[in-house]
Amino acid sequence: MPDLVPSTRRRFLGLAGSAAICGTVPIVTMRPAEATPAMLASAIRNVVGEAEMHTGKVKLDIPPLVENGNTVPMTVSVTSPMTPDDHVKSIHVFNEKNPQPNIGNFYLGPQAGRAQVSTRIRLADSQKVVAVAQLSDGSFWSTSVDVVVTLAACTEEVL
Amino acid sequence: MPSALINVPKKARRGDVVEIKALMSHVMETGYRRTAAGDLVPRDIITSFTCRYNGAEIFRADFFPAIAANPFISFFTVAKESGKLEFEWIGDRGFSETASTPITVE
Repeated sequence: MPDLVPSTRRRFLGLAGSAAICGTVPIVTMRPAEATPAMLASAIRNVVGEAEMHTGKVKLDIPPLVENGNTVPMTVSVTSPMTPDDHVKSIHVFNEKNPQPNIGNFYLGPQAGRAQVSTRIRLADSQKVVAVAQLSDGSFWSTSVDVVVTLAACTEEVL
Repeated sequence: MPSALINVPKKARRGDVVEIKALMSHVMETGYRRTAAGDLVPRDIITSFTCRYNGAEIFRADFFPAIAANPFISFFTVAKESGKLEFEWIGDRGFSETASTPITVE
């Protein structure tokens, strides 16, 4: 949201730059196939199935305010002893408003020693990012973080 | 030319948890962008990344267009024995690259 950040010269230039990159095309046509919260829910359903979703254990580290949505560092960590009996099998990351709800799936096992994965992602808009972890006992745990993006990873014209 | 950047500790003590970082140069074209003429730029992304430790798979990832260009990934493994870590990236348009790095466990 623009009014969250004090208006500065840098910010103005940033906005001017992004407007130049994206052209004068209205924002609506820039992202023709925006994922909706319904798509987010069904993407999560595809992974989780009918199992119950618990909140906790998962930590999603992502900057709450992102200058450039084209590359956003993200770290997911799960509290787990990572033993053969009790470990994280997979981590799934989703978003609400990119054209596609999936970001990535990561499969690990007890040999990882630590249930933590980092990567860099794209965010097309200010939105919610959700991380889901599947444990070896079959339970699912999740967390979500709201991210504000000032320069979106736009599906802009290639100049 | 695609090129990989791998960062793994050269030496580790047995039982240590070591961090593995891997970066592959790739545009990760989303398939949602259009040219000035209005044509969609076809999707061209890496879809899968695998890491094997002395032949056994220890980590795998599925990538979607929401992974940033030049996909970077970092994860952990327990240093069990000396040997080789192998990395494989597979993607659209027949993209397939591998890299490997040795690790010494004491």
